[in-house]
Amino acid sequence: MRIAAVLALLATLLLPQSGFAVTPDEILKDPVLEQRARVLSQELRCMVCQNQSIDDSDAPLAKDLRMLVRERLVKGDSDKQVLDYLVSRYGAFVLLKPPLEISTLLLWGLPPLALLAGIVTLLAMARRRKAVVLDTPALSSDEQRRMRKLAE
Amino acid sequence: MMPELGHYALVLALALGIVQAVAPLLGALQRDTALMRLGTSTAVMQFVFVGASFAALTVCYVTSDFSVVNVFENSHSAMPLIYKFTSVWGNHEGSMLLWVLILAMFGASVAAFGGNLPATLKANVLAVQSWIACTFYLFILLTSNPFLRVAQPPFEGRDLNPILQDIGLAVHPPLLYLGYVGFSISFSFAIAALIEGRIDAAWARWVRPWTLAAWMFLTVGIAMGSYWAYYELGWGGYWFWDPVENASLMPWIAGTALLHSAVVMEKRNALKIWTVLLAILAFSLSLIGTFLVRSGVLTSVHTFASDPSRGVFILMILIFFIGGGLALFAWRAPLLKQGGLFSPVSREGALVFNNLFLTTACLTVFVGTLYPLALEAVTGEKISVGAPFFNLTFGPLFIPLLLAMPFGPLLAWKRGDILGVAQRLMAAFAIGLVAIAVSFALMGVSSVLAPFGIGLAFYVMAGSLVDLVERSGLFRMPFATVRARTAGLPRSVWGTAVAHFGMAVTLLGIVCATTWGEERIVALKQGQSVSLSGYELSFDGMTQRTGPNFRELAAKFTARSGGVAIGVMEPSKRSFSARNSSTSEAALLTRGFSQLYLSLGDVNEDGSVAVRLYHKPLVLLIWLGSLVMALGGALSLSDRRLRVGAPKPAKKSVSKPSTLQPAE
Repeated sequence: MRIAAVLALLATLLLPQSGFAVTPDEILKDPVLEQRARVLSQELRCMVCQNQSIDDSDAPLAKDLRMLVRERLVKGDSDKQVLDYLVSRYGAFVLLKPPLEISTLLLWGLPPLALLAGIVTLLAMARRRKAVVLDTPALSSDEQRRMRKLAE
Repeated sequence: MMPELGHYALVLALALGIVQAVAPLLGALQRDTALMRLGTSTAVMQFVFVGASFAALTVCYVTSDFSVVNVFENSHSAMPLIYKFTSVWGNHEGSMLLWVLILAMFGASVAAFGGNLPATLKANVLAVQSWIACTFYLFILLTSNPFLRVAQPPFEGRDLNPILQDIGLAVHPPLLYLGYVGFSISFSFAIAALIEGRIDAAWARWVRPWTLAAWMFLTVGIAMGSYWAYYELGWGGYWFWDPVENASLMPWIAGTALLHSAVVMEKRNALKIWTVLLAILAFSLSLIGTFLVRSGVLTSVHTFASDPSRGVFILMILIFFIGGGLALFAWRAPLLKQGGLFSPVSREGALVFNNLFLTTACLTVFVGTLYPLALEAVTGEKISVGAPFFNLTFGPLFIPLLLAMPFGPLLAWKRGDILGVAQRLMAAFAIGLVAIAVSFALMGVSSVLAPFGIGLAFYVMAGSLVDLVERSGLFRMPFATVRARTAGLPRSVWGTAVAHFGMAVTLLGIVCATTWGEERIVALKQGQSVSLSGYELSFDGMTQRTGPNFRELAAKFTARSGGVAIGVMEPSKRSFSARNSSTSEAALLTRGFSQLYLSLGDVNEDGSVAVRLYHKPLVLLIWLGSLVMALGGALSLSDRRLRVGAPKPAKKSVSKPSTLQPAE
């Protein structure tokens, strides 16, 4: 499907290159820090690519950002500090999971609201239908007698 | 000559399309049989002419006629023959031609096999189908003509994008389009029903086979695209939540919801309005997908603004069909009568539950995909919405869906007994719990979510089979009886079970490959080796090779398991001189359903080469599960009541009114 993206972008210069993101020289000695760097890298966008994380992209900018993330981690930053630092430098655009703000209220709110609205509507409809069934007048005694006759 | 013929054939198809867009509609209005029948022949002839146009472009490609701009830009005389064929749709103009070819094919199929449809419904369906076709013929002719010529033909073409020079291009786009465009039939049926203001259970039965077929193609198309990206792009990912991927996922989810709600409509004459709306939405999402991919809006809102001719044209098509369809729906839907009543706990209720969560999932993808575009257009603020967002919001919606999945087919229509069904699912629950316990025992408590994912997958797999086991009398009756009963089961029962089973198989693949996949990134010199997940790979050396239109540097690795050689892996880097670009070809070694995945990075000055090695446990189940899902669709499609031209048992055809005949 990423290929379809290539199809879409044939006319542009932003062809996502197939290839190799994290290179051996970038990897940190400390496996715990390296693991954290990889997880963080998946949350960060390569800003010159099409919707690719810096973990997936082999663009030079993505490599710079990966190095930057590792540098900050080695200096002892927490995960949140690294992300905050990158946001202060590049804006919220760098985060693949946008923070909840006024401008992203609908993004985060619409799906749960829709689910809730769907549930409420369904419940209301079920109640209304029940009422319709209950409102149906019971058979009169005459009708009941006729029905018993038919059933016999 | 050939390009001109192709161009002319397309113009003729448009002319036929205009006739078909008007005549059958008037015929249906005035009950004029001759006018209504006109639609049948024009639909078939449209297919013939679009086919001729497509064939003409194919000839231009195969003969490397570089006087045609499109061929010059996307082909090369040294390319293998298969890629000369596939590059016909490996570009914007050609892929739009494939789009209308498939649209015309579906239209002709309704014309040819729709003999059982009431004359007015068939006429209206064909007319609506032709409106869609005409707008896209115009789009191609006015903004994306693939037959344009240059006065001074160049000697050599610019070659096809190397990433697309793969068998995947032969398989993925046609299947995807068969799915995308197939939903146009459901759309046309919905619009036709709204025009007539009459809709009943028979309508659902006529629409169902077309929806099922489109859904199957889309399922396989998405799966094949995913596998193609997995092996071609070199980092082993299979789903990126890319807007273009989402564009195909949204119609799939809406189509899945449509399949389920159409069942309720067919069996119980309920959910009519909702089903019609879903039919409109499924194709609208296909159109939106086409717009996203084709208009350039994804690259950035600004590229779209700088060359808007194509984008604006598709946007107009979108507004016309989606806006028009929904407006017609708002106007006419109140005419449709409410159908059968049901209690919330019932088969209908379960299918409504399915629809609620699928629709929400679809909306989540929709909002996530379009929100950044909308926000940038309105406020200029740029945000990114990527995989972490979708994993967090989309994933959880599937948990209730999967938990409920085995319940649905076991619940009775109208009023079900949920405790009774839970009792019948005891074995499935037990299997799920055992799977959780075993996963914890084997893998420890390091990841808590994964064992539950595996438990869920096993529960759904077992639960999907309960209906089959009970109905066939397996474990309870003598073998001969079981065999007879198995053969007698309706195919749609098999279809449901198999499709649900496939979904669980895919889930199992995703959970295992994500949780227990391992990765090593190292630089190796000749003679050195790397080990991962119990496998050892030794680097035997590099070789230079020459392909038809590329040179490649291949590295040879021997893979060993427990000291025994199990295979040779040869990842390579190819460079294509025509475009001055390169691709990385990963090497895959399949062990059961798991794979070793090796891709090549840069060669360093000291002679070492960077490699990326993955072990992906059970990864093949992801795509296998999708194929099983599609197989379920095929089984359901072959059900007697839907089968094209199936002979009907005499007693049934007498006892049923003619409106309930299967679709042809």
